[in-house]
Amino acid sequence: MVRFARKVGLIAFRELQAEARTKEAFVAMLVFALLVAVVFSFALNPGREAREEIFPGLLWVTFFFAGLLGLGRSFAGDRGFEPLGGLLLAPVDRAAIFFGKAAANLVLVGIVELAALPVFSAFFDIRLPLSDGRLWASLVLGTLGFILGGTFMAALAANARAAELLLPLLLFPVLVPVVIAAVQTTGGVLARALTEELAFGYRILVVYTVVFLAAPWLLFEYLLES
Amino acid sequence: MLAAGAVSKRIGSRWILHRVSLSVPDGQVLGLFGPNGAGKTTLLRILALLARPTEGQVVLRPAGHGERLLEGPALRAHLGFLGHESYLDPRLTARENLSFYARLYDVPQSDRRVDELLDQVGLALFAHEPVRTFSRGMVQRLAMARTFLHRPSLLFLDEPLSGLDAQGAVVFEALLGEARAARASAVLVSHDVAAGWRLADRVAVLAGGELVLEGPASEIGPDRVQAEYRARAQSAERSRAAWSASHGRSA
Repeated sequence: MVRFARKVGLIAFRELQAEARTKEAFVAMLVFALLVAVVFSFALNPGREAREEIFPGLLWVTFFFAGLLGLGRSFAGDRGFEPLGGLLLAPVDRAAIFFGKAAANLVLVGIVELAALPVFSAFFDIRLPLSDGRLWASLVLGTLGFILGGTFMAALAANARAAELLLPLLLFPVLVPVVIAAVQTTGGVLARALTEELAFGYRILVVYTVVFLAAPWLLFEYLLES
Repeated sequence: MLAAGAVSKRIGSRWILHRVSLSVPDGQVLGLFGPNGAGKTTLLRILALLARPTEGQVVLRPAGHGERLLEGPALRAHLGFLGHESYLDPRLTARENLSFYARLYDVPQSDRRVDELLDQVGLALFAHEPVRTFSRGMVQRLAMARTFLHRPSLLFLDEPLSGLDAQGAVVFEALLGEARAARASAVLVSHDVAAGWRLADRVAVLAGGELVLEGPASEIGPDRVQAEYRARAQSAERSRAAWSASHGRSA
């Protein structure tokens, strides 16, 4: 297990090290998230109550669309280089490739979310209850579910023609449970709902995460082979 | 030792390979030749476990492991593949790329081995330059270093001399010589029959997905390989012309 974790760490570090050189995906994700905050705050201009209602949905849809920009590049290599082929040849479990890529995606999307959250809060004039652990649970579980499901689907789309066009078509139907549960729990925390009222949403997020933590162990081997 | 037993591969409705059987003993190099579209790269990918055959089987037995059959990551630790893609990350430097693979393969004294190979392939001065700034030949040299980094005992080399200058070819031959001395088996695909034949102990010609000639290089000279190669290419051309004539459009 230590050996497996070491390989996951190596792959994740390589991904982040390479992204740090060009910052292509990171800058695109961040700029997209910030632009959405600015554009919607001017375009919608709703009243206080409507703002609180649309805020969680807008936040999560922005995170998912921004994250998609990075996920699409996870398994795509530049022509003539194809670094994924080197990983497939290497003496590492296929699941380690998945978790390494997912860990790197999680770090990148996590940073984008942390940067975008205060901007959304300021533009929509919503005070986030940052000391409420339930808000962080919703953000962490929603992001984890999105990244695990997204990385899995990105691998599935990687061998297809026009992979970047195919990915959203494959991913969004699969993401529906996470979108609903993440929006419901985040919205509930902002509306100061009781924890019992949000329990179902949290359970969906946990089950979704567990499913996509288990799926790569069983399926990733077949997903990457031609 | 590596062997393929009646390997066939179908993509869609087309058979790319048809019942190909071959074997390469420890310490030997098989030169695999054939016209474009013969199925050489597909066969190499199947042998290197990068693709599954539709039918048939592949047996890979790294030198020094006796009759014990390895599989999964334990087997992949002994494979070296040099293909059309470099498997390098263009955003990272030459040294970072090799260090990553050295750690992934648990290469002992990895820093020393990386330096040694960068020096050997003539890229020591460019060790800290990003790979995306490299020329085609430099990328091929680095890909060569990546292939031999973990001292593999089963080598799959697809047009390894492509993009290399004369000095690069000499370095490749030295690395292959070291691997051969350590009893590694290799399959080498090349369009340059003379160069490929010179490096091979055995030769094979693949045409239309079938193995049409195989034997020791000492018995089958490059002229015979060339003749077989040309005959197959002409036969394919005649088939295409006949098809075009009967269908009224180009094949």
